Amino acid sequence: MTSKLPEAEQLKLDSRYLRGTIAEGLDDAVTGAISEDDNKLTKFHGSYMQDHRDLRDERRRQKLEPLYSFMVRLRIPGGVVTPKQWLGLDAIADDCANNTLRITTRQTFQYHEVLKKDLRTLMQQVNAVALDTKGACGDVNRNVVTNVNPHQSSVHAEVHQISKAISDHLCWQSGAYAEIWLGGQSVYQPGKSEEPFYGERYLPRKFKIAIAIPPENDCDVLANDIALIAIIENDELTGFNVAVGGGMGMAYGETATFPRLATMAGFVPKTKIVEACEAIAAIQRDFGDRSNRAHARFKYTIDDHGIDWFNEKFAEYHGAAMAAAKPFELIRNGDRFGWIQGEDGQWHLTLYIYSGRIVDSDSLQLRTALREIAKVHSGEFRMTCNQNLIIANISPKQKPVIEKLVKHYQLDIGERRPALRLNAMACVALPTCGLAMAESERYLPAFLAKLEQIMSDAGLPEELINIRMTGCPNGCARPYLGEIALTGKAIGRYNLNLGADFSGQRLNRLYLENVDETTIFNTLEPMIKQFAAERQENEHFGDFLIRVGILGAERTPEMMHEPLMQH
Amino acid sequence: MNIRLPNAPLTDEQLQQLQTLLQGMQGWQVDWLSGYLSGYRAAQNGEATAETAPAVSEQTIKLTILYGSQTGNTEAVAGQLADKAKASGVDVQLLDMAAYKPRELKNEQFLAVLTSTHGEGEPPDNAMDLYEFLDSRKAPGLKGLQYSVLSLGDSSYEYFCQTGKDFDARLQKLGATALIPRVDCDVDYDDLADKWITDFVETLTSSMQASMAPPSASATMSQSSSEVKYDRKHPFSAPLLENQLLSGRGSSKQVRHIEISLEGSGLHYQPGDAIGIYPQNDAVLVKMLIDALSFEAETMVEMDEQSETLTNALMHHREITVLTRPLVEKWAELAQTDELSKLLESKTAMTEWIRGRDVLDLVESYPLPDIDANGFIKLLRKLPPRLYSIASSQAAVDEEVHITVATVRYNAHNRERAGVASSWLADRLAEDATIPVYIDTNKNFKLPADDDTPIIMIGPGTGVAPFRSFMQEREERGARGPNWLFFGDQHFLTDFLYQTEWLSWRKSGLLTHLDVAFSRDQTEKIYVQHRIREKSIEIWNWLQDGATIYVCGDADNMAPDVNEALLDIISEHGQKSRDDATEYLRQLTRDKRYQRDVY
Repeated sequence: MTSKLPEAEQLKLDSRYLRGTIAEGLDDAVTGAISEDDNKLTKFHGSYMQDHRDLRDERRRQKLEPLYSFMVRLRIPGGVVTPKQWLGLDAIADDCANNTLRITTRQTFQYHEVLKKDLRTLMQQVNAVALDTKGACGDVNRNVVTNVNPHQSSVHAEVHQISKAISDHLCWQSGAYAEIWLGGQSVYQPGKSEEPFYGERYLPRKFKIAIAIPPENDCDVLANDIALIAIIENDELTGFNVAVGGGMGMAYGETATFPRLATMAGFVPKTKIVEACEAIAAIQRDFGDRSNRAHARFKYTIDDHGIDWFNEKFAEYHGAAMAAAKPFELIRNGDRFGWIQGEDGQWHLTLYIYSGRIVDSDSLQLRTALREIAKVHSGEFRMTCNQNLIIANISPKQKPVIEKLVKHYQLDIGERRPALRLNAMACVALPTCGLAMAESERYLPAFLAKLEQIMSDAGLPEELINIRMTGCPNGCARPYLGEIALTGKAIGRYNLNLGADFSGQRLNRLYLENVDETTIFNTLEPMIKQFAAERQENEHFGDFLIRVGILGAERTPEMMHEPLMQH
Repeated sequence: MNIRLPNAPLTDEQLQQLQTLLQGMQGWQVDWLSGYLSGYRAAQNGEATAETAPAVSEQTIKLTILYGSQTGNTEAVAGQLADKAKASGVDVQLLDMAAYKPRELKNEQFLAVLTSTHGEGEPPDNAMDLYEFLDSRKAPGLKGLQYSVLSLGDSSYEYFCQTGKDFDARLQKLGATALIPRVDCDVDYDDLADKWITDFVETLTSSMQASMAPPSASATMSQSSSEVKYDRKHPFSAPLLENQLLSGRGSSKQVRHIEISLEGSGLHYQPGDAIGIYPQNDAVLVKMLIDALSFEAETMVEMDEQSETLTNALMHHREITVLTRPLVEKWAELAQTDELSKLLESKTAMTEWIRGRDVLDLVESYPLPDIDANGFIKLLRKLPPRLYSIASSQAAVDEEVHITVATVRYNAHNRERAGVASSWLADRLAEDATIPVYIDTNKNFKLPADDDTPIIMIGPGTGVAPFRSFMQEREERGARGPNWLFFGDQHFLTDFLYQTEWLSWRKSGLLTHLDVAFSRDQTEKIYVQHRIREKSIEIWNWLQDGATIYVCGDADNMAPDVNEALLDIISEHGQKSRDDATEYLRQLTRDKRYQRDVY
């Protein structure tokens, strides 16, 4: 037998640089769907097809195809948009989507329930505000995320520029985007390369880069393929510690898959960081395992070959070895809410946004409020990796204007108690995500309400615990870095993972497998009571569980698959 | 190898020659020879060799393998079973459950069901239809069927392998027997699945003898019903099989797909025919009417042949939702009101007044002081049957008939009103109800006799119903003529009637083109006639190729607009004057190449 390329690799190769038959599929008016192959290709274009899963069965009986729609995600390096862009993006939610904007865990927006017939219009409107959707999904470099550090405005500005430079540098180039979405002329010629860096097969799998500015780790930097930790010496950004091979996703029952934190490789000066990222992505491009998609992420490349091999390859690809990593300290991976004044005197307001969903409801006119703010704001908006929002760079003179609007619309700036929700994060899951096995975004409020009661009863209404919830094991809300995490197994049933730290530097482990809500609370309640009674000063819940021996600190891949306790 | 066949009808010399021939022959050569010999024998008997094929296939076992798979694992195992069974000489049909026609089940002899289980015990998406069919009233008896189930699951779930268990139980309940017991596999399914495959194929091949018994008596059709002839006067009480809303959430319409059983009626129909249905009036409206007249519900009234309670008479035998001019005239005579008499003098005023009003309006507006129940009943006309274009072909659905019914509802003169038959079917029909039906043949709306003839079907809204029967028929017949459907309605997301069926026919190639117009999905209204005009050159070409055009649906607007579009196409591409184009279309009508069923 001759070895055949795996389907996904063959598809990329045959796609004529991501064209496939996407354009033809968009024009087929008798179905709201596109072909399965095209759906794999549209991911590179920032979009994939979903269907309304609550209605799937009902529509099958009605002899109607599933209610197909598209999720569209933008590329917004560092999560920064101007008020003008905000207003444009806000209008798209009404014109083309389900009247909501959702901030994602990678500092960008995604739109939901976009019908096929509206996709082109949406892409054109995104283009009109000088943004794009390239590589928001797909086997390429994803949105580059950064810390939103409001204190050191100059450092933030510099890091943001670097994130943009990396993102632009590793952005795919094919003319397919302009042709399919923006009415561009066909530039395809057989044999002519359109991807100088990626080539015809792009990367083996998705590839993620994040930048943390210590001591903040709001981007969970170590959960990325490339983790850059800004090194600031004498108030100056000098460069980055570089760690490689982080990633969250795994599959239940497949012990060869596991979440992994990035391994520290060394230090690279800031002037060389874009080239360094390209070299690292090139190593993954050339050595990643393309024969098995479940083993194709960079974390497995690093795990298989080891960090010494990586450093050798890096020196070869980059033309210079890394220097030794510099000392740094990360203290938290949540957001700090409310008003903060930066070193330059400008103000920044971090708003709590439930699950990143910007929507008008009867109780909260959030979308309207932010639109009104965008109309008068002269700074920028920054999305956080925890799906919250910073209204950044407000001048002292402008502050009362913003304050008045925040008050008028009763926006949540994190001051309400209990505080548990502030560090809680859920993925989208049902009804739109095709991978979800259980509820997540729709269930988190009910879960939190019960847990908050337990926390309040235990006398801990101010306490923050990192809570992460996802509908499947793939890791969109970075569940394996939650002090308490639920990953969906079936409707109403979850795996309970416990024991990450508070700063995104230690994974949790599987504690109970496939349990219902009652079991989860029966398990958590005594732990929280014990925590209230026995905790040390400033001790976080995850650390406490380890200190008192409820679970160990060691983490192995097996621990993500074998529950510590049977129920 | 020596051949020792004491009873062989061969001479010693022939035996000797045979032995010489067979010595040193390879197995595959012997196989070829045996096939050659049976063909040779058939030729001696004067049979065409091709016809010997069925004789051979009678010797083989036919196995249908159905899989319900979410992730592809089950599909892979089903493939392994298929390979192994084929290698043992079994005639294998391997199918995704979603691609299988459940009504084929009753013709199956051996069946392997492989399925995974989803979430909390639900079947995978592609298993859903078959799973529900087996538990429905449509499920046939499966006495002759031998089967086995392999279920794949994950024991960390509460409802481990539930779908496999359900299939097993449902097949058993329908009378099928398990060839080997069901096997439930956990996530590490390989070994158990292998063993099940081996056991299944072994048991299957060794049961070959037993299964070769002559076909069971159940295959012969019941003839007892043929003495009774059901027709318009003697409708058949047909059991309701399925009553499914087709309109998606948010639709402003309410269109239902209704399946009715004709089993035992001896009734037959052709694509293009209609079915007549005798509906029942709304009991609430009947009561309002009786109350308005101050009658007693239980009063006996004289009907044509027997007497009935007033309620029954009004529910089943008299029309009360529509006003007719004769009724109003009689009423005016009795009521002796100037107002009504004056209305009757003007035809337009009368038509205007009748519109949206019913017998209750008449009773309330112009009370008759001296009328009794019998007298009242005599004034009303009989409840006529309602006709619906049939949406199925018997070649595909056997003794069933399917219809597509839009529920008529409107508010007029401060009261919610509804079409008698459509609202009966939508709101007031019990799940186990029977419906009085007969077949109304329509000679003027028929598929071309030649299966190679191209057809263009124009059927917006429920006008699409007969075209579903056309496609079923052409699919079953293996007709090769190209088929083109124009469909239209208000909204793509909710009103695309039978969307999944058209899509699957387009995918299979049966439906050559599918063009749709959804009038309210954009600011300007787009109807089928616009799409027809957009495709004018192609339509002209199809006409040149001998296509027949069918139009079904609304007679007031759609049919004239489509007619106009066709005239324009003919005069433009055929370079004809308006009159010549009209004559061209008339000739098409005379040639039965332009057929309309409009109402």
